[in-house]
Amino acid sequence: MPRFLAAQANTQLITLPWGTPLADWPEENLVALPRGISRHVVRFVRVGNEVYAFKEVMERLALHEYELLRDLTRLDTPSVEAVGVVTARVDQDGEPLDPILITRHLQFSLPYRSLFNRGVRQDTVNRLVDAMVVLLARLHLIGFLWGDVSLSNTLFRRDAGAFAAYLVDAETSELHDQLTPGQREHDLTIARTNLYGEFSDLEAGGLLDEALDPLVLVETIESRYRELWDELTGAEEFNTGEMHRIESRVRRLNALGFDVAELDITTDFAGSTIRIQPKVVDAGHHQRRLIRLTGMDTEENQARRLLNDLDYYRARTDQQGADEAIVAHEWLTDQFEPIVQSVPLELRSKLEPAELYHEVLEHRWFLSEAAGSEISMEDAAQSYMNTVLQGLPDEAIVSGMESMGPLANPFDPSQGFADEEDEKPYDPWEDEVSASRREVEEPAAAYLDITALRAKAKK
Amino acid sequence: MATVSFKDATRVYPGADHPSVDKLNLEIGDGEFMVLVGPSGCGKSTSLRMLAGLEEINQGAIWIGERDVTDLPPKDRDIAMVFQNYALYPHMTVGDNMGFALKMAGVPKTERQQRVQEAAHLLGLEDFLNRKPKALSGGQRQRVAMGRAIVRSPQVFLMDEPLSNLDAKLRVSTRTQIAALQTRLGVTTVYVTHDQVEAMTMGDRVAVMKDGILQQCDTPLTLYDAPRNLFVAGFIGSPAMNLIEGNVQEDGVHLGDYTVPVPRDTLAKAPDEKNLVLGIRPENFRLSDNPESREGIPIDIGVVEELGADAFVYGTLSGIAEDELITAQQIVARIHGTAPPHRGESVRLLVDETHVHVFSKESGDRLSPATHNA
Repeated sequence: MPRFLAAQANTQLITLPWGTPLADWPEENLVALPRGISRHVVRFVRVGNEVYAFKEVMERLALHEYELLRDLTRLDTPSVEAVGVVTARVDQDGEPLDPILITRHLQFSLPYRSLFNRGVRQDTVNRLVDAMVVLLARLHLIGFLWGDVSLSNTLFRRDAGAFAAYLVDAETSELHDQLTPGQREHDLTIARTNLYGEFSDLEAGGLLDEALDPLVLVETIESRYRELWDELTGAEEFNTGEMHRIESRVRRLNALGFDVAELDITTDFAGSTIRIQPKVVDAGHHQRRLIRLTGMDTEENQARRLLNDLDYYRARTDQQGADEAIVAHEWLTDQFEPIVQSVPLELRSKLEPAELYHEVLEHRWFLSEAAGSEISMEDAAQSYMNTVLQGLPDEAIVSGMESMGPLANPFDPSQGFADEEDEKPYDPWEDEVSASRREVEEPAAAYLDITALRAKAKK
Repeated sequence: MATVSFKDATRVYPGADHPSVDKLNLEIGDGEFMVLVGPSGCGKSTSLRMLAGLEEINQGAIWIGERDVTDLPPKDRDIAMVFQNYALYPHMTVGDNMGFALKMAGVPKTERQQRVQEAAHLLGLEDFLNRKPKALSGGQRQRVAMGRAIVRSPQVFLMDEPLSNLDAKLRVSTRTQIAALQTRLGVTTVYVTHDQVEAMTMGDRVAVMKDGILQQCDTPLTLYDAPRNLFVAGFIGSPAMNLIEGNVQEDGVHLGDYTVPVPRDTLAKAPDEKNLVLGIRPENFRLSDNPESREGIPIDIGVVEELGADAFVYGTLSGIAEDELITAQQIVARIHGTAPPHRGESVRLLVDETHVHVFSKESGDRLSPATHNA
């Protein structure tokens, strides 16, 4: 019987066909969602109303990744949520099968393969790149060495016109107290290689816009990461006449979405030069403020956008002096909720509420520009639903890998497109291997064959 | 190609009370296959990462060839971590999967093709170069990953437990392939594993580490035949060397009612120790024809495990009181012959003086001279 290691188990998981290798699971259990490529067998599985990602992997790696993903959740870093590990699987003949790591499918998330497929614009690519860079910097700030930075190991969610990136795969990762510059460089080198490979792969598959150059893309990622890291951690020196620079550093970090929890300020002997260096920065500046005021948990840019609207509402209703939390509650019930609830049920899986509100704000701006006068939010929302939202694909779960071309296996993009390459070329090594496997008995692996070693040394 | 030198290289983690790697001195020859081995936490991976530039070096230095690389960033060290990523890209050919990093580095097309061609030849993948990778077997995917490192023609290959993600069958065949390939390429290689069998079968030399300290670095056979201390003696070999404590007598060391002969000059190296530890490899035991005589170490047999022409015999020293049996030390002997003894029998095990390794109980250091094996 398989064993379940889980924080809170969904009992419907227990009846799945654990005695079958994941690659052979019946289609009735599977969902064909777009995703990145992977070296292990990965499938999306529908269980009741939920969708999970299953990955078949060695026990040591499964447990390692399970722990790390839980650490990331605890440290409030964007990553997929680990649900459990199923071990002690055996097939019908009693042969052991590798454990399965279960993570929850991230709702409204978009893998890069589906984003690049939709005639992606340079502007969108820049935003994806920025999201990736912010994720990498956030991970490095908490001492997390990713080890396998790649687009395939990242998921994106819409974030008020931009994107927020989530870590999906922590198999080769490590959590340290602090990363050395060498470790960060290592992650960057891997990022360069992997991203270049992935962009080139999209290019080879005809999935990348011709105007985009893989090399330029990876170089942008690297330089943006360095800029961000410097802003987040770098020391700054100035003389005592420029004290406002402390304040402006904090503002710049806030604008990037980071809070400064601790700032190291030192003065030189004479007291004429001041050196500041952020010691602890936390991502999610606007996110936290919005949660505090309204209880809404959104992405960072969405929070920023909603807070702007809240500030505007406050000015418009002439309540600058009133308690912020009370105004926020009013804004929520008078502004935000009526708009979100005016969306018919059947359209609600198109976009999540915060993103929808952001889109309506954008839409209203365009309408107002065109009309030369201010359009109400209600009218803007109606117009948005009729002209835009209806035509958008469902993003609660982006379904249908068929949009990615004729795949060899609809559940696994790692196998590439379907084509006719069937007979296998000659491989001299496999010949040797099968021959030597016939000769070598199993114990050879377990015991040290000292006689063979002595014979080899004599040669 | 290049030599690699660790010179008093030390890594102390912030807040740790002792170094993870303590004054490591290691000279790796040009083209040598060096394996770092030891139990988890011994410092082997940290040492490799210091060489790769992923861990800071708090004291000492690391040289690659004629260059001090101690303060160089990883990408300037001309090294390749093999197998660190082996995702294969489905829309690219096997050739492009091997050579794409060269393209990124701006290597001209003809040179790229030539290097990929050479690597594919070495790896037996020539017929696959223009294919998509989807139909590749697990072993072939491993080789494409090796190809990625080979085409970069670095000075040094680094491999950190590369086989630990593979199943048992693939592990044995990939082990052989890596070793054969390294010999052909002649690229200096540093390989980390916790598996001593892997270390012994692959390495030109093997460096055994424990608690951040290098215990011994020698050829596999020297490690096996002349372990420098108790740790190496117990760590190398499978099944492990028997390490049995006995009382020192005038002419040897007392085990049960038998005195194992030990030369006087060996005993003289630890004049103040009442007890010494004897190390005897399982295959160096012979079964006495005459169990009634007092020749040989007396053993009561607990388990017999037959293995082809040989049998592993597990037992305890005879004459141990009933209540001490559970904690008594197991002695393992590999007995050659068609008629192994049975469970419950009492036998005597003989051993040549040259096959007895003598260790100080206090320091753990080897006292006896190197054994000679034919």
